Amino acid sequence: MAINTLSQLAVYSLVVGFIMTFVVITGFAYTTLLERKLLARLQHRVGPNRAGYIPIPTRGGKERKLLGGFMQPAADAVKLFFKEDMTPVMVDKWTYFLAPIITVIPAIFILAVIPWAGFVPYITPEGRDYFAIAPGINVGVLFILAITSISVYGVVLAGWSSNSKYAILGGIRASAQMISYELAMGLTVLVPVMLANSMDLGVIVEGQRGMWYLFLQPIAALVFWIAALAELQRAPFDLLEAEQELSAGFTVEYSSMRFGMFFLAEYMKMIIFCALFAVFFLGGYRGPFVDQVPALGFVYTALKVFLGLCVMIWIRASLPRFRYDQLMSFGWKVLLPISVVNFMIVAVMIVLVEEGVLGF
Amino acid sequence: MTGEQFVFLAVSGLTIVAGILVVTLRNLFHAALAMMLSFLGVAGIYIMLGAGFLAAAQLLIYIGAISILIIFAIMLTRRMMQAQDTPFNSQAGAGLVTAVLSFILLVFVITRLWRNEIFDSPPEVPTAIMNQIVVQLGSDFVSPGAYVIPFIVASMLLLAALIGAVYVAWPQVEDEA
Amino acid sequence: MTATIDWYVALSAILFTIGALGVLLRRSAIIVFMCIELMLNSANLLFVAFARSLGDLHGQVLVFFVIVVAAAEVAVGLALIVTIFRTKRSINIDEINLLKG
Repeated sequence: MAINTLSQLAVYSLVVGFIMTFVVITGFAYTTLLERKLLARLQHRVGPNRAGYIPIPTRGGKERKLLGGFMQPAADAVKLFFKEDMTPVMVDKWTYFLAPIITVIPAIFILAVIPWAGFVPYITPEGRDYFAIAPGINVGVLFILAITSISVYGVVLAGWSSNSKYAILGGIRASAQMISYELAMGLTVLVPVMLANSMDLGVIVEGQRGMWYLFLQPIAALVFWIAALAELQRAPFDLLEAEQELSAGFTVEYSSMRFGMFFLAEYMKMIIFCALFAVFFLGGYRGPFVDQVPALGFVYTALKVFLGLCVMIWIRASLPRFRYDQLMSFGWKVLLPISVVNFMIVAVMIVLVEEGVLGF
Repeated sequence: MTGEQFVFLAVSGLTIVAGILVVTLRNLFHAALAMMLSFLGVAGIYIMLGAGFLAAAQLLIYIGAISILIIFAIMLTRRMMQAQDTPFNSQAGAGLVTAVLSFILLVFVITRLWRNEIFDSPPEVPTAIMNQIVVQLGSDFVSPGAYVIPFIVASMLLLAALIGAVYVAWPQVEDEA
Repeated sequence: MTATIDWYVALSAILFTIGALGVLLRRSAIIVFMCIELMLNSANLLFVAFARSLGDLHGQVLVFFVIVVAAAEVAVGLALIVTIFRTKRSINIDEINLLKG
């Protein structure tokens, strides 16, 4: 496919963006199912298995139920849509209505720069190296950091506009948490940037031809993963879901699909951060035979995202929740120093290798 | 009107309207949000000017850090937000005159005095430079021939500001009650 | 015709004046503070516009230093405002008049 003018590029990005957004929203729906099923299995339960199954008759007259629960996301969505949408009287109307939207938008924005596959004939524009909604943004990593820092606004707005003390406490907590862990995340993201010598995500993926950065930089990968969990407010950092203390944090005054939007943003960001982890440390779309069959890139990306999601759910099933002061001191006194030191070590090592002092 | 002009007018309209809202809104929280919107507009202008890196920095620092910090301050001290009888200070009249006069002065300077032929025929920016902006900026910051000393001074300034802010905002013991 | 440098200069002048109006008219110290940020932004805008039209990067480098100064200013300024609020229970700039003698 040849793309020459700016307007052609815009149309291309629109179409691809539309498709990818739908893919990720569907992914969101099934991530909720995956989470419930996997959590249930890890806790010796069955999980949702009623909504939608394929009945297979057996000889005993009873029928076996195959794929039980695969319609559960649809059932959840219908339930959310048809619940009464209540607006508390004392809320600040404009910001109250804006907050769920502002929470979802940054999550969709980050999609724009993620490389989903390498150069695939017919669907990647000619002259671009990889398939993404907006391929060739040369400051992709900075873009991601910038958009991540914006996503605090949804939390702040929701917390403030609800005009409720649980909401505002939850909002302040959640936003302080996001801001604190952003630092460590930003510093660790710089490690793959330095190794690949580029802020272009496609170049970072191609830089892992020989070896994944996960093996080259396990500390950076670990810190990134922890910071991503905190940024997503997943267990063990899910303080805003600490029902015992804060009812439901900043979402307490929201109901129906407005609440669903926060949910949507959270799970979309789970998928996106798993994709980012794959890009930065797991070689992105690269895998065996991807050079011969470029379309395999989609499969590898999906596989790595799936793996990441499973690990996230596994962590949620295994670890207890942090206390808030532990969370803060862990972020500032443990993760941040580790990421700074690691960053400096990598920088010095790169210089030494380039100067020929160290040979690899 | 070309597409570029249309985009410029839309983005600058957003910036200006949001700026006016900052000045006129009585609710501090809403004013802070309007300021964030105005910063967003400026980031859009940066993108139009081909400074994508700066636009990202604007998002990261102005919107992601500075605005959030101000909003935090507003949220933490809710009594600041109590509606006052008038949003204007006691010297608003003199202030208005000064601001209007300074605007007239700016317009005068721009339209009459500032006319440089360099700007009438802007040189074509070589695309090689525009593509390598990040690399160029990076090496400018650390090369001794360019901006390394201001860069170090800036980092010292940030450190000093950090320590100073912590010191100033440190709660006094008698204030605890 | 595209958006020439004049347009950007005009936008910067308007934004600067809006910021100046806010600084000079409003009563709340926080609003004054935000308007100073707006004025800094208008200056940045001009730097970038001139850097573009002159075809070099020095303007963009300067913008970074302005951003650094703005960040430092926000840190110290907000700390001051919070401290003043703590001692005087108000951030009305008409009441901050210890220097009046």
